[in-house]
Amino acid sequence: MTEQTASTGAETSAREAKAQTRRRMLAEFWFYFSENKGAVIGLWVFLALVVIALLAPVIAPHEPNQQYRDALLVPPVWQEGGQWAYILGTDAVGRDMLSRLIYGAQFSLFIGVIVVSLAMAGGVSVGLISGYMRGAVDTAIMRVMDIVLAFPSLLLALVLVAILGPGLLNAMIAIAIVLQPHFVRLTRSSVFNEINREYVISARVAGASPFYLMTRTLLPNCLGPVIVQATLSFSNAILDAAALGFLGMGAQPPTPEWGTMLADAREFILRAWWVVTFPGLAILVTVLAINLIGDGLRDALDPKLKRS
Amino acid sequence: MLSFILKRIGLLIPTFIGITIVAFGFVRVLPGDPVLLMAGERGLTDERYNMLLKQFGYDRPIWQQYFDYLGGILSGDFGHSLVTKKPVLTEFFALFPATVELALCAIIFAIAVGIPAGIVAATRRGSFLDQTIMGTALVGYSMPIFWWGLLLIIVFSGWLGWTPVSGRISLLYFFEPVTGFMLIDSLLSGQKGAFISAASHLILPSIVLATIPLAVIARQTRSAMLEVLGEDYVRTAKAKGLSPRRVVGVHALRNAMIPVITVIGLMVGTLLAGAILTETIFSWPGIGKWMVDSITRRDYPVVQSGLLLIAAVVMIVNLLVDMTYGLINPRIRHD
Repeated sequence: MTEQTASTGAETSAREAKAQTRRRMLAEFWFYFSENKGAVIGLWVFLALVVIALLAPVIAPHEPNQQYRDALLVPPVWQEGGQWAYILGTDAVGRDMLSRLIYGAQFSLFIGVIVVSLAMAGGVSVGLISGYMRGAVDTAIMRVMDIVLAFPSLLLALVLVAILGPGLLNAMIAIAIVLQPHFVRLTRSSVFNEINREYVISARVAGASPFYLMTRTLLPNCLGPVIVQATLSFSNAILDAAALGFLGMGAQPPTPEWGTMLADAREFILRAWWVVTFPGLAILVTVLAINLIGDGLRDALDPKLKRS
Repeated sequence: MLSFILKRIGLLIPTFIGITIVAFGFVRVLPGDPVLLMAGERGLTDERYNMLLKQFGYDRPIWQQYFDYLGGILSGDFGHSLVTKKPVLTEFFALFPATVELALCAIIFAIAVGIPAGIVAATRRGSFLDQTIMGTALVGYSMPIFWWGLLLIIVFSGWLGWTPVSGRISLLYFFEPVTGFMLIDSLLSGQKGAFISAASHLILPSIVLATIPLAVIARQTRSAMLEVLGEDYVRTAKAKGLSPRRVVGVHALRNAMIPVITVIGLMVGTLLAGAILTETIFSWPGIGKWMVDSITRRDYPVVQSGLLLIAAVVMIVNLLVDMTYGLINPRIRHD
């Protein structure tokens, strides 16, 4: 009985110590991250976008696809002819711009999350295998990645969408495939750096299986650069998906995706500046916020920069 | 040096074969019958269908089809466009100079602005100027360039009326292409105003295409300069009493340029991807717009060969960059 309590007591204290280390690491991370003012601003903007996306049905003044036939190309409220009902104006078929932009945030964030998850899951697994196995497997994988990287990314994504058929889902798959080699290369080179370290060798000597070594021993120590790459890929995914939408190969009208909205707006550029300006501004602000976060993460996670 | 070059070329061969497999496979994985896709004809009779099947060689084993395809490429046969019926290679070479002209102007602009901006930011680290430059660079780096192009059109073509909206030159001028570069051809034509017209058509697309490379170059120059400015030899140069201009311009800059040149070299892919969007917005008749149009028109022979040709161009330019890099930085060569 007493033995049992003693062992649970030891377990709790071990767990507590672990939790404490984690808290200390988090505090240290936040210290370096918050040094970078831009990164903190980026984080706030990003959180605001997440809230807007989640609450879109509540805060959007109109349905995104509702067409008001008596209010075509109404300018924003501060311009002559503007109406308070449509704060940022309406588009060529009388849909409220603000509501469409708010719903568009859902698409962009969703695209970013799905594409990065796909690209990261695929890329990190392949990179771990490539770095761990070395030899012929590694060579074969790296040659395949070289082939993917030989094509300009947007062109390859376009061609993949031509094969799969235009649409948001296919565009996301195509972008994930195009972004994935970067994760493979990064993970592989991190594994190369780590694999001969003592902790890996001791885990191996202790009898860890290759799977355990790859996922539990190596992976956590390779994550720093992967996380930075993930934020970069997040903004790239949003930009590329918007570009595909703009070229008519991504989300299809009337989806209120920002790139697709821009494609619809093209013919009105010299008549109604607002239908062109706002969707692009939304893309720019989102991507800028994520890139600011990415810069901050790099500062916080890169040990070389920390010491200088 | 020769063995270095040969090794690099040797590494390219498997990639090139891979690219041909991708281009070859592209038509086979498209949904639909490849004969109908590649012939682009509708309502074929059985007889005509079988004739085309034979003509394209689709009745033969797949590996044999691949070697036929590869043989065709190596002898310069890249197929014919379904729309124009012209050989794809002819179309490619007719449009390629337009893209090269645009990309060259863009990269020259990006270097001319990006490197000085990066140097200024690095030498005044932490100042307001540094923060402004780096903030602007991050905005440029985050820019959806297709929107940026539309904005510039609204302001400079729509409101101010300074620049034309699209195309390479005003319709008032016509001359046979000599080099394919409109700036040079317009000068050679001797027509008054032709050069100005060509140049004014180039300004906006070049700025748009240069935006992301400029931001990347400025950021890279700044961080490379900062690294070099902390080195011992820079301190020595300063201690010798050299002027700050000489220390930065000669001692630091020369060493800082190595990573910057690498980044510029790796930008070929970025430029070509950017050209797809830039050319579409400005109706610039280059290979980017050609590919987008071909994809939307389902002109699959063009897409197939265009993909291959563009990837080959990227590969060759990357090889050239690698070799120049080997010339500049002897450390790489002897690895």
